[in-house]
Amino acid sequence: MKPAPFEFLRPSTLDEALEALAADANAKVLAGGQSLIPLLSMRLAAPSMLIDINGLGLDAITFADDGVRIGALVRHAELERSDDAARVQPLLREALRLVAHPTIRNRGTTVGSIVHADASAEMPAVLCLLGGTVTVSSRTGSRTIAAEDLYAGPMESTLHHDEVATEAFFPVRQPGTGTAVQEVARRHGDYALCGVAASVTVADGEVTSARAAYFSVCEVPTVIDLTGVPSADAGEHALASLEPQSDIHATASYRSQLVRVLTRNVLQAACDEAFA
Amino acid sequence: MKIRLHVNGALHEVDVEPRRLLSDALRHDLRLTGTHVGCEHGVCGACTVLVDGEPMRSCLMLAVSATDYEITTVEGLAQDGELSNVQAAFKECHGLQCGFCTPGFLTTITAGLRDNPSPTREEARDMIAGNLCRCTGYQNIVAAVLKAAES
Repeated sequence: MKPAPFEFLRPSTLDEALEALAADANAKVLAGGQSLIPLLSMRLAAPSMLIDINGLGLDAITFADDGVRIGALVRHAELERSDDAARVQPLLREALRLVAHPTIRNRGTTVGSIVHADASAEMPAVLCLLGGTVTVSSRTGSRTIAAEDLYAGPMESTLHHDEVATEAFFPVRQPGTGTAVQEVARRHGDYALCGVAASVTVADGEVTSARAAYFSVCEVPTVIDLTGVPSADAGEHALASLEPQSDIHATASYRSQLVRVLTRNVLQAACDEAFA
Repeated sequence: MKIRLHVNGALHEVDVEPRRLLSDALRHDLRLTGTHVGCEHGVCGACTVLVDGEPMRSCLMLAVSATDYEITTVEGLAQDGELSNVQAAFKECHGLQCGFCTPGFLTTITAGLRDNPSPTREEARDMIAGNLCRCTGYQNIVAAVLKAAES
């Protein structure tokens, strides 16, 4: 339960971090470390070098008409506390309160969680549901990756090895839209056995869009369009496109039942909010 | 690596490998063995310390990443030999038995009551939800949180 040896670099500029990352194919970036350090301690990861980006700034939450930008070093707890972020996109605070325990949220970063690409985590699914983006930088420049193109497989993002995620962008919640998120976990703060976030948009008294994002169900966070599906059938409809996994925490059939129940609940909650 | 750690108001210079967890640096290099190490992957909460006043898992931080912060361990809670309110409430309410988890509870609750000085019973339970105790059944720890809030 101790990490294997590694070199340690704490750069003071992003360029320095990117140079070092490009020079070592086995280097890893350390931000909050709340997922990475357990992996090191359990020796599930043994990088040759850790590049600690905590000295780089990148800790701003910035607002624009179209949404909120979150720097790579913004801690979950800081984003959760931000009243402005909760106003621009209320689903952020609601989902962040489900991320582990407050003590973990004090150190863990939202962007780090997003690029860690754990299909059991809340924030990757929220980013996918809302159609957010992640901006990454490398020595050769920067690019923006849409959430739908971010996840390649379990614990695998589409970032290249030499890229560092510098910020995530969550779009503003549009008028007439309601959102909700719920999960079932054995204890509050544990990873969910199944979690669902939903976004419902109404216009002229009619639902014009209903979508749900699933975490801890499949190998990657998965968004399903449920527009036009009666809410009683929505879970079953979603299951046709999902492949719930069995693991030591829950069987696939139990997860399927949670999908049915949670889908109905979050769609109802999001719908109520949209009509409110 | 030679690093400086600010712990309980004192500056310590230590020479550690980069892989040294903060929890191990506190215990082995600084001999501050009040911080306990349970699960070593962030679940049990026994190693919780205050980092610039905020509770964090010392097993989920590297010592070499902790140099910019003021760290408070359980040894830093009592002032001039006087137990802090939270410590005194634990003593009075029998909020501990074996004591292994206690340092993490004390640091977590110290910060929790600073942010919410008069919690409801439900809020008190929520405050300690990230810490595991195998002896007490939590009832006396919840009572200690409420007792400390009164004093």
